[in-house]
Amino acid sequence: MVKVDGSGGNSSLIQVRDLDKTYRRGGEEIHVLQGLNLDVSKGEFVAFMGPSGSGKTTLLNLLGGLDVPTRGSITVAGDEITHMSAGRLTEWRARHVGFIFQMYNLIPVLTAFQNVELPLLLTKLSKAERRAHVETALSIVSLADRMQHFPRQLSGGQEQRVTIARAIVSDPTFLLCDEPTGDLDRKSADEVMALVEELVATHHKTVLMVTHDPIVASRAQTTLHLDKGVLVEAGKAPQTITAGGVA
Amino acid sequence: MKFSRIILANLLRKKVRLLLTLGSFAVALFLFSFLAVVRDAFGRGADLASADRLITINRTSIINLIPLSYRDKMLRIHGVKYVTHNNWFGGIYKEEKNFFPQFVIDPENQRKVFPELIVPDDQWKAFVNDRQGAIAGVKTVERFHWKIGDRIPIKTTLYGGGSWEFNLVGIYHGKRPQDDETQFWFQWDYFEEKIPAAIKGQIGWYVLRVDNPDDAPRIAKAIDAEFANSPNETKTETESTFAANWVKQFGNIQFLIGSIGTVVFFTLLLVTGNTMAISVRERTSELAVFKAIGYSDRFVLFFVLAESLVIAVIGGVLGLLLAVGAVPGLGRALNGLLPNIVLSPEMLLFGLGVALLVGILSGLLPGIGAMRMRVVNALRRV
Repeated sequence: MVKVDGSGGNSSLIQVRDLDKTYRRGGEEIHVLQGLNLDVSKGEFVAFMGPSGSGKTTLLNLLGGLDVPTRGSITVAGDEITHMSAGRLTEWRARHVGFIFQMYNLIPVLTAFQNVELPLLLTKLSKAERRAHVETALSIVSLADRMQHFPRQLSGGQEQRVTIARAIVSDPTFLLCDEPTGDLDRKSADEVMALVEELVATHHKTVLMVTHDPIVASRAQTTLHLDKGVLVEAGKAPQTITAGGVA
Repeated sequence: MKFSRIILANLLRKKVRLLLTLGSFAVALFLFSFLAVVRDAFGRGADLASADRLITINRTSIINLIPLSYRDKMLRIHGVKYVTHNNWFGGIYKEEKNFFPQFVIDPENQRKVFPELIVPDDQWKAFVNDRQGAIAGVKTVERFHWKIGDRIPIKTTLYGGGSWEFNLVGIYHGKRPQDDETQFWFQWDYFEEKIPAAIKGQIGWYVLRVDNPDDAPRIAKAIDAEFANSPNETKTETESTFAANWVKQFGNIQFLIGSIGTVVFFTLLLVTGNTMAISVRERTSELAVFKAIGYSDRFVLFFVLAESLVIAVIGGVLGLLLAVGAVPGLGRALNGLLPNIVLSPEMLLFGLGVALLVGILSGLLPGIGAMRMRVVNALRRV
């Protein structure tokens, strides 16, 4: 269950309590997130929508341990990450978070295989074990035959699937997707979203996704709206949305 | 090792830039080695000087001669073990460009004072027995393709003109690789016989060996006191001081070369640092991704430093190899003007150390920048 009123119990995979994030620009304070509460259970697929500047990406960055809140707490699988040192947070990210970015952010000089292998180089897995994991991840995203291709030799959709393989290869606790289809055409976007759905349905992954696209958001089990730093609505999107557009 | 592929891939992403940076490194290290060799050659005399040797010259100048009769008085000073004497001949072999130093020596004591310059006993015996005999250093022998038994004509420029004939009866080698192996020696008696009467019995300088190097300052003072207020007062110094003062006559060569070397070092540092800074800046988002997926700040610093170090080592080794090949050519090009041109293992190690230092320093600033970079800011730049 996804809750935004702070009433979720300790069984939630992700617990966010009274989260504030304030930036200082010049002499001015900008309150990006204000008193935000969120509970997400394991296996949930949640989409965050909202206008630009509403704090979606900031929330994702905080949940992924890439940024620290001004106030409040974030607990993931029992680990309170809010007060972790930078070093511990880095280790925590490596173990628990899979990132999928809008611009794919693959390393252009590495092959698909090598890109997917990157998170595993930080583990104690042997070369053969790493290879097996990478091949499995690339098979899940249907790119087993593109392992030795460089990013420039792949289409945008394929690049994003490699990014997904990189995100899941170390079997993280949850996936964070920041506009994963923002740079893709509709067909590729559908393929990528089908893959994310499969990860949730078949592999029981927990996915938190930021998107501007209501069609993409409709693929999530729950859509939350952020406006001026506050989660203002929970549950299904107000409109009935299909893959073909807004009904 | 598992990260070497990443480092290699990053290095090879801009091949032209990599080649140019390696080229800058190689050229700079080549130049650096050359400067080090020349600087070392100028300073070598002092380094090779024996602690138990003193040089006595005329107080006015080394070109002023001093009487041979001083020798016996010197030998009477407590602590003096051996005394030998030399004159500068300054002759020309065939053409002026064929420069090599020619010395008139005292066959009786030369080997006792300079034991590091080795002549086989049979050759030395032949030298002593032949009034016109000569011994040459192996480098000069090789340079002019001489062999034992050759007749060597040398035209004098200082002692009345004409050509003096010598029989090459011996070849000397230095014990150490840096020893000067370009000298040409011939006998005092032959010299004394041919020079004008006005300068007979006059020698250029004395070289003394003392029993105990700790006594050298006392002995130097005693010698100069012995000949004070005479028509030919003396100036006695340790061999290293003499060599250092000799180099000073050319101006502050060491400082000049050191300054150029420093400029080369900093130019290389700026060029490489700039290259690394551009390279890191181009990859800001990639480095941010590394951090996002769990690579620590130290890893990011490691990647940047590893790249700059690989460039430094490859470029540095290339430059040093070029120098190893070119230094003998420099020696030949200088026609023996600097006889001690050697690129020693110590200099090669120093060069490699310089390359590594530049590698570390040039990668350090961009690496620290990358290390401190905030992932969220870096990803926002995409």
